[in-house]
Amino acid sequence: MRYNAWQIFKEAFTGQTGWKPVWRDPEPKKEYDIVLIGGGGHGLSTAYYLAKNHGLTNIAVLEKGYIGSGNIGRNTTIVRANYFLPGNSEFYSHSLKLWEGLESDLNYNVMHSQRGLINLFHSDGQRDAFVRRGNAMINQGDDAVLLDRDGVRQHLPYIDFDNVRFPVYGGLLHPRGGTARHDAVAWGYARGADQRGVDLIQNCEVTGIDISNGKVTGVQTSRGPIRAKKVAMVAAGRSGQVAAMAGMRLPIESHVLQAFVTEGLKPVIDHVVSFGMGHFYISQSDKGGLVFGGDLDFYSSYAQRGNLPMKEHVMEAAMTLMPMIGKAKVLRSWGGIMDMSPDGSPIIDRTHVDGLFVNCGWNYGGFKAVPASGWAYAHLIATGKPHDTAARYRLDRFTTGRGIMDEEGTGSQHNLH
Amino acid sequence: MRITCPHCGERDRREFTYQGASEIMARPDADAGVSAFADYLHLRDNPAGDTRDMWYHDPCGAWIVVDRNTVTHAVTGSTLAREGRT
Repeated sequence: MRYNAWQIFKEAFTGQTGWKPVWRDPEPKKEYDIVLIGGGGHGLSTAYYLAKNHGLTNIAVLEKGYIGSGNIGRNTTIVRANYFLPGNSEFYSHSLKLWEGLESDLNYNVMHSQRGLINLFHSDGQRDAFVRRGNAMINQGDDAVLLDRDGVRQHLPYIDFDNVRFPVYGGLLHPRGGTARHDAVAWGYARGADQRGVDLIQNCEVTGIDISNGKVTGVQTSRGPIRAKKVAMVAAGRSGQVAAMAGMRLPIESHVLQAFVTEGLKPVIDHVVSFGMGHFYISQSDKGGLVFGGDLDFYSSYAQRGNLPMKEHVMEAAMTLMPMIGKAKVLRSWGGIMDMSPDGSPIIDRTHVDGLFVNCGWNYGGFKAVPASGWAYAHLIATGKPHDTAARYRLDRFTTGRGIMDEEGTGSQHNLH
Repeated sequence: MRITCPHCGERDRREFTYQGASEIMARPDADAGVSAFADYLHLRDNPAGDTRDMWYHDPCGAWIVVDRNTVTHAVTGSTLAREGRT
């Protein structure tokens, strides 16, 4: 079914009885050309672009839970292209362009809202760094506007400009940055892939990867063995466990990142606001909840929940930046499991096993990457060659030292990002 | 989360700084070769379950190897790193 306004009117007058399930629930076949391990945002977008861009449809997406049960449903929904380093810059720029055409491409409302993102700065040195970042963004063809203190005040009159420790000097506005409805992104890609013939197989956990003479031949799953010519791992959050089935160790540590949402409020925060010095960022969802988060808990974890010290830190940062937020009541908090790579940048590459591919290491930036990651991974799987926008996301950069992409400039070691 | 410092007893997690997996205790020999060092620096077992990792107790300056579960956050043991356990 193609969604349009007429469908909505028709269903309104016929008791909403005509809506059908959006994707099938197929039994796994014995063999596929391509098996994707992981039905999260990246796995679904990879399946979609394999079908759409490369005409490959004999594909299964194996998801151990249900579609949308992982990080695609547990993030803070921010979409931006304000990266600096070659490699990241062109990749996220490509991703933002795909976001801008995503709703008409998928025929699905992902509620992409380019409300503008503002990164605040609090010193002359930070201003210089943001000028440089803004120039890099403009050179990449994206948008960046340097705001002085009064410029920020016009956008964000409610923040504390004269905080003793972090007085606001200005901000870098990225007008095309914003948010999207995270679940809808998963659903839209799932529907698009399913319509093109991809089998989305839920509640199907991969328990082994079959390798014969250095070539992948299929997977073992909780729903029986499945043969495959190519197998693509795309299970960020659990990458290490999946790769271990192929005898691989990855340059990944898994960490928990918390996020919070308040009760629903009337419109009060119109932008995405990032307060880097406090490791705090915030936006308001279309339901009215203030969605905000901070830094990692900073210990390896698979618990999908964090501890109190980081909660306290995030709340303190919120009160520091915008004292008005003290009036809002926090409704709930949750944690997502982040694939942390040593340099803070992801990996999209082949492996030492013929026909086995790896997509992992999205750190805390995987949501906005969903379209471009799927696009580039599909290209790699289909053609065997990396896509231009993701050619630098090599697995071997940590071995050779070439092409380390340390966007934060904190060093290429675990626990520094 | 509370962690037991062998010197100071059980303390709040806020007193500790996390370093990472205790694999860093097993430094390869100087002549082990490039790939051994690349593995040592970057590759991790990254287990979902029981793990052993390095924490620094800020007040007393002790490096501690902590036995911990990454799924439940339970802390089950700790020893001084200088006792050489990996």
